[in-house]
Amino acid sequence: MNIVVLLKQTPDTESVIRIAADGKSIVTDDLKWIINPYDEFAVEAALRLKEKHSGSVTIVSWGPQRVVESIRTALAMGADSGVLVDDDALDGSDSLGVAKALAAAVQELNPDIVLCGSRAVDYDEAQRGPMVAELLGWPHLALGVAVDSDGSKVQIDRPIEGGKVSAEAELPAVVTLGGSHAVWNPRYASLPGIMKAKKKPLANKKLADIGVEGSECGAGAAKIRITALEMPPQRAAGRIINGDLDTAGKAQELVKALHEEAKVI
Amino acid sequence: MSKCVCMIAEFRGGNFRRVSFEVASEGKRIADSLGVSLCGIAVGLGVADKAAELGRYGVDKVYVADDPALENYVADTYVPVVAEIVKKCDPAVIILSASVDGKDLGARLAGRLQAGLAQDCTEVVCENGAIKAKRPIFAGKCFAWCEWAEGALPVISCRPNVMDCFAPMEDKKAETEAAEVSIPAPRSKVTGVDLDTSGKVELTEAEIIVSGGRGMKGPENYAMIEELAGLLGAAVGASRAAVDSGWRPHSDQVGQTGKVVNPNLYIAVGISGAIQHLAGMGSSKFIVAVNKDPEAPIFSKADFGIVEDLFNFIPVFKEEVEKHKSTCS
Repeated sequence: MNIVVLLKQTPDTESVIRIAADGKSIVTDDLKWIINPYDEFAVEAALRLKEKHSGSVTIVSWGPQRVVESIRTALAMGADSGVLVDDDALDGSDSLGVAKALAAAVQELNPDIVLCGSRAVDYDEAQRGPMVAELLGWPHLALGVAVDSDGSKVQIDRPIEGGKVSAEAELPAVVTLGGSHAVWNPRYASLPGIMKAKKKPLANKKLADIGVEGSECGAGAAKIRITALEMPPQRAAGRIINGDLDTAGKAQELVKALHEEAKVI
Repeated sequence: MSKCVCMIAEFRGGNFRRVSFEVASEGKRIADSLGVSLCGIAVGLGVADKAAELGRYGVDKVYVADDPALENYVADTYVPVVAEIVKKCDPAVIILSASVDGKDLGARLAGRLQAGLAQDCTEVVCENGAIKAKRPIFAGKCFAWCEWAEGALPVISCRPNVMDCFAPMEDKKAETEAAEVSIPAPRSKVTGVDLDTSGKVELTEAEIIVSGGRGMKGPENYAMIEELAGLLGAAVGASRAAVDSGWRPHSDQVGQTGKVVNPNLYIAVGISGAIQHLAGMGSSKFIVAVNKDPEAPIFSKADFGIVEDLFNFIPVFKEEVEKHKSTCS
């Protein structure tokens, strides 16, 4: 089974986000970069499918050269090879533009299944997987918290509001991953894995190498763009009750606040 | 033909989901500022009988696709059907809910229509006929204003629980029309549906959430949280620490790698307040924190903080809530 994982590099979820001087991007100088956690779940799911069916796992990513480190991390986890689409023309792309580039890169690899996170923890567009599937003309299933395949179909469990559904799709298909660390428990890169990863193939590509024009997927083609960022409104300092009341007194004050201020009880 | 705003309703288990009424209300506000009508798209099995209900929330005309093949949402069938109707009504804006299915439908539909999608929006404004939408990024650590390129079709999914819902105009019915659409042979399907019928409130749509963290010390102590939640009509949430420890299911996780919530009241019990958690619940309207550590970061977000051991405080607080309820009713 040939598996592709679409991997995005994002700032660590620990990061404090600050708005840059242009007012529409974030300060990236002091950020630590990680594999988008949901894409890391996809790497884990891909490696489990490979263990069951054999085959290969190829990481496809986009962005500047710093992304190489994240691809190498996925290779150290056990993926076989990587492709990085690093092209300045992708600066200012919207989700659809990125999806066009990714779909073209995927097409060259001719996989049975494409896995990726249902969302990325940075801009949270939640569009990449379904859009790549649409551009490839493949079915997709979203938000899998369990993924299995018999080689001709893929099955997932998918949480919905107030319940869950099971769904299946014929291959080739795109599956996006939901869940949490507790669900996927993605494996760590072992030391031998890290050593091996250094020798695994990692191809740097430009848009032209995958047959896409910058004018189709770059800033000029973007249907939507961010024009301003703003911080969430500052919360006024709250009332903190420490030692000045006994437990019942504190509870009474809280009930009063919920009734009079929050108006919820 | 003048353009319209087009809202996509979400139908499940024989009814429209409440978020659809929020979407219709927001759609109506946009339609009014653009001076166009609001049309609706209703897809699902049995939806024909209910479609006129959308009129209560301002929808003028609803295009209906009611077919056994559309009983459950799968992108494979829903997207072609919706796209075909969209072409017919030629909208200036498409608006739908940022629910689990709505986000998925929106993404694939935007791909098909070559449109620009803003997911999970919390505010939409219309200035001189141009649409701007605000959406959280980095799980709410920051907000982005999005605008569309000239000629691009805005597709907007609305975060549940945020957009003001009109009081229903009980006697107003929408005109309905059965849409003539072809449903393609699906390559994917739903094979099982397991809905929780216990009446449990969904986190992302809850008005009150009681969340427990590492301070709960073990899964057995969540009974206390569940009782309090039951009393308040609240949903139960958890921090990542509690989920990673296996005490709570991942569907309860609030934070940057869990659910982003915005209830009227969020009670954080034994949660220290990691930055990822604060991002996920920071837009709650009223925040209460109970923690024995006065230095816990959660207090920086709290409107009301109780510094005390939760095992002392929660049972007493529960009693006080019961007392309050009995005197009020």
